[in-house]
Amino acid sequence: MQSGYDGPLPAHLGEVIVRTGGIEKYFGDNHVLRGVDLEVRQREAVMILGRSGSGKTTLLRCINFLEEPTVGWVEIDGLRMEADPLHQRNRAHQEQIRQLRLRAGMLFQDFNLFPHMTVLANCIEAPTRVRGVGKDEAVASAERYLDKVGLLNKRDEYPARLSGGQKQRVAIARALCMEPKVLLFDEPTSALDPELIGEVLKVMEDLAHEGTTMIVVTHEMHFAREAADRVVFMEEGVICEQGPPEQILDHPRQDGTRRFLRRFLEDRA
Amino acid sequence: MTTSAAPATSTARPEILDRIDASQRRKRTWFRIQFIAVWIGLVGALIYGLWATDNIDLEWMGTWAPFILGGTAVTVLVCVTSIILATALAIIGAISRLSSNAVVYSVASLYVSLVRGTPLLVQIFFVYFALPQMGVRLDALLCGILALGFNYGAYMTEVFRAGIQAVPRGQREAAQALGMPERNIMRRIVLPQAFRIVTPAIGNDFVAMIKDSALVSTIAVQELLWRAQRAGTQTFHTLQALLIAALVYWVLTIIFSYFQERLERRMARGDR
Ligand SMILES: Nc1ncnc2c1ncn2[C@@H]1O[C@H](COP(=O)(O)OP(=O)(O)OP(=O)(O)O)[C@@H](O)[C@H]1O
Ligand SMILES: [Mg+2]
Repeated sequence: MQSGYDGPLPAHLGEVIVRTGGIEKYFGDNHVLRGVDLEVRQREAVMILGRSGSGKTTLLRCINFLEEPTVGWVEIDGLRMEADPLHQRNRAHQEQIRQLRLRAGMLFQDFNLFPHMTVLANCIEAPTRVRGVGKDEAVASAERYLDKVGLLNKRDEYPARLSGGQKQRVAIARALCMEPKVLLFDEPTSALDPELIGEVLKVMEDLAHEGTTMIVVTHEMHFAREAADRVVFMEEGVICEQGPPEQILDHPRQDGTRRFLRRFLEDRA
Repeated sequence: MTTSAAPATSTARPEILDRIDASQRRKRTWFRIQFIAVWIGLVGALIYGLWATDNIDLEWMGTWAPFILGGTAVTVLVCVTSIILATALAIIGAISRLSSNAVVYSVASLYVSLVRGTPLLVQIFFVYFALPQMGVRLDALLCGILALGFNYGAYMTEVFRAGIQAVPRGQREAAQALGMPERNIMRRIVLPQAFRIVTPAIGNDFVAMIKDSALVSTIAVQELLWRAQRAGTQTFHTLQALLIAALVYWVLTIIFSYFQERLERRMARGDR
C-alpha cells in the first residue's frame, strides 16, 4: 500500500510531492537501509518512529542527498535523482543535487545555525545569494517567518546568545525562508532541555496544521499523535508498518511496532 | 536586547553591587600599574647595564640612528606584502590540500613539503641567485618578498587546513541543505569560521615573520638589519647598531600584537 493509508486518503492531502524508490544504503558492510519506498503528499505530516539505529536519520539524509544512497532514487516535486554510488557524476549532476536540496529544508538535532552571522543574516544568506531574492524582499520575508516562530525581537542577536529552543526556532525560520516544498526534521528536540521542547513542538504543530509538508523523525509520541497525518515505523532499515497515528500507536499489527511501543512506555514510566 | 521594564515597586540597586564593581575596578587598575612598573624596571635595568659597559656612544647615535631607522619602512613593506602573499597562498594551499582532485592535492602537498623541508635562507638565496640563471631576473626586494611569502604560505597552509577541518561538519551540511553551491559554502560559511579559529596561530607566524624578514638583508635589501650592519661595521659600533635594530623589531611586534588582539576581540563578537 504505497499511500500508507488502508482506507481513503484524508481529504486535505494533495498530490504526491516526495517519493523514494528502493533506497538502500550501506556504510561499509553495514546494510543500514534495505529498500525504502516512501510517498509523501502535499500538506502531509509524516512522522518516522523507530529504534535507535534503525536508519531513520540515514533515510532523511538520503532524501536530500546529504548521504548518497547506494541504490535507489529520490523524487521531490518532479525532480528525480538516481543514486550514483560510484560518483560518476559531473558538474551538471552536482547542480541537480543542489536543485533537489532547494526543494527540501532540513532541520538538525544540533541546529547548525551559522555562529558568525546574526539571526537575520542567517535567514537571508541563502535566499539572497542562492535564490537571487532582492535584499529588501529577503529581509521582509525573514521578518515574517521570524515573527511566525516568535523571535522577531531576536533578529539582530548572534546565535550564541539564544537558548536551544530559540536556536531551533530560528533554524526553522531560516529553512522556511527558502520556501521549500517539504521540511525534513531529524529529532529537532532531542538536544533540548525538557522545558524548551514544548516551544519548538508548538511551532512544528502550527506548521503541520497550516498544511506544511513535513517528514519528522521524532521520539515525541504525544506530538506524533497530535500533529501527524501518518506514522511510519521503521525497523532494521525498512518500513515495518505505517498508517494514521491512532492505528499505529494504539493498534499496532506488527510485533516490531508492539515491542517498540511497549518498551517506550516502560521507559517513560 | 530590550530589558524587561523594572516593576514599579522595585527597590534600588543594592549597594553591594556598586562595591563589587569598584573593587574589581581597583584590582584591574592595580594589576596595570604593577605591569607597567615591572616593565619599566626591567627595561631600565637592562639599559643601565648596557650603559655601564661604556659601549653607548650618544654622539654616534645622533648621526647613525636615523640611517638605521630609515630601514624600518623597508622592513614594514617587506613584512606587509609577504603577509598578504602568504595568506593568499595559504588559503589556496589549504583548499587544495583538502581537494579530491589528485593533481591539485599533489601540487599543494609538494609545495608544503618542499618549502617546509628546506631552510628559509636557502630559499632566499635560491630566488635571488638561481632564478636569474634560469632567465628570471628580479629586483632584490621582490625576491625577498617572494621567498618570505612562499615560505610562510607553506606553514600557514597547514594552519589553515587544520582550521577549515575544525569547522564543525554540521555547518557545511546546513549550508548544503540550504542549496548553497560549494564555492559559496567555502567563502561565506567555512572560511570565516576557519579564520577565527586560526587567528592566534597565524598571529604567531606573523610575529615570527617580522623577525625572519631580517634574513633578506643577506641579498642586499636595505632594510633594518642591513643598515644596522652597514653602519656598525663602518664605524666599529656593531653592538649599538644591532641594539637599535633589535629595538625596532621588538616595537614592530608589539604594535602588531596589539592589532591582532583587537581583531580577535572583534571576531569574537558572535561568541557570547
Ligand atoms: N556516517 C556513517 N558512517 C558509518 N555508519 C553510519 C553512519 N551514519 C550512520 N551509521 C550507522 O547506520 C545505522 C543507522 O544509523 P541512523 O543514524 O540512521 O539511525 P537512527 O535510526 O537515526 O538512530 P537514532 O535514533 O539513534 O538517531 C547505525 O548502525 C549507525 O551506526
Ligand atoms: Mg538519528
